[in-house]
Amino acid sequence: MSSHASNAHEMDHGSVRSYLVGFVLSVVLTALPFWAIMTGQFEKSTAIPLVVTMAVIQVIVHLKYFLHLDFTPAGKANTFTFLFTALIIVMVVGLSVWIIYSANAMMMY
Amino acid sequence: MSLLGNLSLDAIPFHEPIIMITLAVVGLAGIAIAVAITVYRKWGVLWRDWLTSVDHKRLGVMYIVLALIMLIRGFSDAIMMRTQLALATNGAEGYLPPEHYDQIFTAHGVIMIMFMAMPFMIGLMNIALPLQIGARDVAFPFLNNLSFWLSAGGAVLINLSLGLGEFAKTGWLAYPPLSELSFSPGVGVDYYIWALQISGIGTLLTGVNFLVTVFKMRAPGMKLMQMPIFTWTCTWANILIVASFPILTAVLGLLTLDRYLNFHFFTNAAGGNAMMYINLFWAWGHPEVYILILPAFGIFSEVISTFTGKRLFGYNSMVWASGAISILGFIVWLHHFFTMGSSANVNAFFGIMTMIIAVPTGVKLFNWLFTMYRGRLRMTVPVLWTLGFMVTFTIGGMTGVLLAVPGADYVLHNSLFLIAHFHNTIIGGAVFGYLAGFAYWFPKAMGFHLNERLGKASFWCWQVGFYVAFMPLYVLGFLGMTRRLNHTDNPDWNIWLYIACAGAVIILVGIVLQFVQLYIAFRQREQNPDTTGDPWNGHTLEWSTASPPQFYNFAELPRVRDIDAFTDMKEQGIAYQRPASYAPIHMPKNTPSGILIAGAITTFGFAAIWHIGWLAVAGLVASVVFFLLRAYSNDVDYYVQPNEIERTESAYLKQVGVAPLKQEPEEVPA
Amino acid sequence: MNTMTEAAYLADKTNWQADDHAHHDTGDNTIFGFWIYLMTDCLLFASVFATYAVLFMNTAGGVSGRDIFELDYVAIETAALLLSSITYGFAMIGAHKQNRATTLGWLLVTFALGAVFIGMEVNEFHHLIAEGNGPSRSAFLSSFFALVGMHGLHVTAGLIWMAVMMLEVVKRGLGNQTVTRLSCLSLFWHFLDIVWVCVFSVVYLMGVL
Repeated sequence: MSSHASNAHEMDHGSVRSYLVGFVLSVVLTALPFWAIMTGQFEKSTAIPLVVTMAVIQVIVHLKYFLHLDFTPAGKANTFTFLFTALIIVMVVGLSVWIIYSANAMMMY
Repeated sequence: MSLLGNLSLDAIPFHEPIIMITLAVVGLAGIAIAVAITVYRKWGVLWRDWLTSVDHKRLGVMYIVLALIMLIRGFSDAIMMRTQLALATNGAEGYLPPEHYDQIFTAHGVIMIMFMAMPFMIGLMNIALPLQIGARDVAFPFLNNLSFWLSAGGAVLINLSLGLGEFAKTGWLAYPPLSELSFSPGVGVDYYIWALQISGIGTLLTGVNFLVTVFKMRAPGMKLMQMPIFTWTCTWANILIVASFPILTAVLGLLTLDRYLNFHFFTNAAGGNAMMYINLFWAWGHPEVYILILPAFGIFSEVISTFTGKRLFGYNSMVWASGAISILGFIVWLHHFFTMGSSANVNAFFGIMTMIIAVPTGVKLFNWLFTMYRGRLRMTVPVLWTLGFMVTFTIGGMTGVLLAVPGADYVLHNSLFLIAHFHNTIIGGAVFGYLAGFAYWFPKAMGFHLNERLGKASFWCWQVGFYVAFMPLYVLGFLGMTRRLNHTDNPDWNIWLYIACAGAVIILVGIVLQFVQLYIAFRQREQNPDTTGDPWNGHTLEWSTASPPQFYNFAELPRVRDIDAFTDMKEQGIAYQRPASYAPIHMPKNTPSGILIAGAITTFGFAAIWHIGWLAVAGLVASVVFFLLRAYSNDVDYYVQPNEIERTESAYLKQVGVAPLKQEPEEVPA
Repeated sequence: MNTMTEAAYLADKTNWQADDHAHHDTGDNTIFGFWIYLMTDCLLFASVFATYAVLFMNTAGGVSGRDIFELDYVAIETAALLLSSITYGFAMIGAHKQNRATTLGWLLVTFALGAVFIGMEVNEFHHLIAEGNGPSRSAFLSSFFALVGMHGLHVTAGLIWMAVMMLEVVKRGLGNQTVTRLSCLSLFWHFLDIVWVCVFSVVYLMGVL
C-alpha cells in the first residue's frame, strides 16, 4: 500500500499559523466565560446567554481551525455531514427538553 | 461471588415442559445439522467461504439465513400468544402462565424487529447495493463481516435466554421503572440490554460502512441522482441508522448504569425520571421503523419498474419523498406516548408532524400507481407482494393517521387497535417488501430460480392470513381490549380472538410454504439455473453480472450515464462487452478476525449478564487484542490476476452467448 | 502484495486513475468513515446531554452543582485539554512533513497533557465519592458522573490509542496507513475538545450560577 494512499494529504490539514490562530481564539473564548462566571459580576439572565454564545463560537472555531471543516470540494462532505448531525442534535435535544419540561409543568413539579 | 457469578444449574428451566421440549428439538436439529456438515465434509467450505467471508454477497446471504431462523423463533412466539388467547377466554387460564407469557411477548417484539427485520433488510442491502452502484465491494469489507457477527452475537444471547435463565418480562420496550433492578431483579432485562447493545453496534457500523460506500465508491459517471432507487432508500435508511442508533446505545447504557452501578436515571427514587427513558427510546424507535420501511419502499419501486418494463415514474420525487420521511421521522416520536401527559402544545405539534408524514408516503404510492399505468405488468411473485403491500399498507397508514390524533390516541393507546396498526404497517410494508426482494434477488444471489407456484401460494396465505389475523384486532381495540393480556373474561371478545388465531394459522401455512419453496428450489437447482444473470430483464447494474455474481463483481468498472444504467447499456448495444484486456483487481482476503472480535464481545455480554467478573474482563481484553492483531496484520489483501479474470469472464459470457475472443490476452508475468 | 508485479500494479493504478469517480483510495474512505463514526459519537453525547438537562435539578435533597463545582480546578483541566489540542496539531504537521522525531515529540507532549486531564478528573470524582456525593446519591449526580465520565472514558481511549500510535510510528515510520490513522486520531482528539467545551459551558459554568 506504500504509494497507494496519498489522498489524505490532499485535504487541508492546517499550518502552524492556523493552529496558533485557533488556539489563541479558543483561549480567549474559554477565558471570557470563566472570568464572567468566577467573578460573578453578571446577572443570571446575562451570564447564560454569554456562556452559550461563547461556547457556540468556540465550537465553530475548533471546527474551522482544528478539524478543518470548510466548503471546498474536498471538505464539504464532512461539513454537510456535521451540519446534518447538528440539525438532528438540535431537534432531539431541543424537543426532548421541551417534552419533559412540559410534562413536569403539568405535574406541578 | 463464585467463579460463575450468578450462573448455576438453577438457571435452566427444568420445570417448564414447553421450554425443555423446545430446547430438546433445537438441540437435536443442531446435532443433525452438525452431523450432516461432517458427513458431507463441508466444515472447511463453511469456514473458509462463508463464516470468514468479507464478500458482501455472501454476508448478505448469511444475514438472510439469520433472519429466516429468527423468523421461525419470532413466529413461534406469535402463534403461542394467539393460541393462548384463544384458549384463555371466559376466565380460563390457558396453557402459558403469566411469567412465561410475558417473556414470550417481549421476545417476540425484540426478535421480530431487531433480529428478523433488521438482518433481512441489511442482508438484501448487502446483496444488491454494491452491485447496483457498480462497486466491487463495500468501503470496509472486514467491518462488514464484523457487523454481521455482532448482529449474530446479539441473536445468540437472546436465544441463550431461552435455556439459561429468563428473558425480560417488560415488553419489547423495557420501560422503567419496571425494567429497573427493584422490579426486574432477574437476568431477563440484562439479556435484553446486552443483546440489543451488541447487535445495535453492529447495525451502526453497517450504516457507516454503506454511507461511505455510496458516497465514495459509485461507478464512474454515476451521479447521486442517478443511483438506483433501492440504493437511495437504503441510503436514507443508513442516514437514519447513524443518526438514531447512538440514541439507543445511550439510553441502554443509562439503563445499564441504573441496574449495575445503582445510578438513578430512571428510578422512582432519588430524582430519577422514567419519562426520559421513554422519550429517548422512541427518539430512536421511531426512526427505526423508517429504517425498516424505506428499503422496502425501494424494493417495491425496483419491482414495479422492472416488471412493468417501464422507467420508475417520478424518480426525483421518490428520492426527495424518502428524504422528507427521514427528516420528519425525527420529529414525530412523541406520538408513541401522547398519554404520558405532556402539554397540549407538545401533543398538538407531534400530532401534526405525524399527519404530515402521510404526504410524502402518499406521493410514493401515486408514483407506483403511475408507473403501472399503461404498463404491461408481469404477475410474478415479487409483483404480487408489491400489490398486496399497496392495499395493505394503505390501510395501515390510514389507521396510523387516525392514531396521530391525540384525542383518538387517548382512547386507543395500548389497545389491540395499536397492535393491529403497527403489524399492518410492519408486516404489510416491511415484511412484504423483504419477501418481494427475496423473490426478486434470489436468482441473482444463488444462481437458480425459486418455485413460482409455491411462491404465489405462500403469498396468498400470508395475504389472507394477515387480514384474518389482524383485522379482528382492530375490532378488539375498539371493544376495549388492551395489549399484553394473559387471559380474558369478556365473552364479546371471544369470537374475534378465535378468528385472529385462525389467521395466525393461515400465516403459518404461508411461512411453511416459503420454506418448502426454498427446499424444492435447492433440490431442483440443476434444472432451474439462471444462466444469463438477467432473468427479469432488469434495469440496474446488478443484472449485468453473472448469477451468482463473480466474486469481484465487475471485471471492469461499468460507466454509468443513466438511472437505469443496464437498460441504457442494453439499448446502446454495449452490454456484455468484452474489454481488450483485463487489469488486476485489488481484493480483500477473508479473515476470522470478525468472528473472533464479535465472539469476544458476545462473551463479554454473557459475562455481564451473569456478573462473571473475570470472564467479562477476559472478553473485553480479548476483543481489543484481536482488533489490534487485525490492525497490524499485513496479510489482508491480494490481487486477482488477469488470466483468472479472463477465465471467469469467458465462462460467463459463453453462458450468455457472446462469442469468445479470437486470441488469448497477454498474460502479465507473475 | 507479494503476488503483485510492478506491471500489474501500474495497470491497476492507471485503471483507477482513469476513472474520475473511482479515484478515491482507501485512506480517503477511512477518514470519511471515521468522521461519520464521530458524528454518531456526537449524537451519543447529545443524548446524555439531554438527559443531564432534564435531570440536573433533581438533587433529591443532596448537593447541587453550586455546592460541588470548583471552577479554578476545572479551568486548569480545560487548559490542559486545550493545550493538548494544539500540540496534537503540531504532531500532525510533523507527520505530514514525514518528520518522525517531531511527530513523536509532540505526541508525547499531547499524551502527557491528556494524562494530566484524566488524572485531575479521576481525582475530582474520587473526592466527590469520598464525600458521599457519588452517582448513587441523586439523579443530578448520576447524570453528572455519566456525562463527564463518558467524556473521560473517551479521552482514556484516546490515550491508549495514542500510545499504540506512538509505537506504530517508532516501528513503522510514517507510511500512508500510519498517517491516515494519525489523522483519524486527530479528528477524535479535537472532537473530544469540542465536547469538553460543551461540558464546561453547560455543566460547570452554568451549574454554579
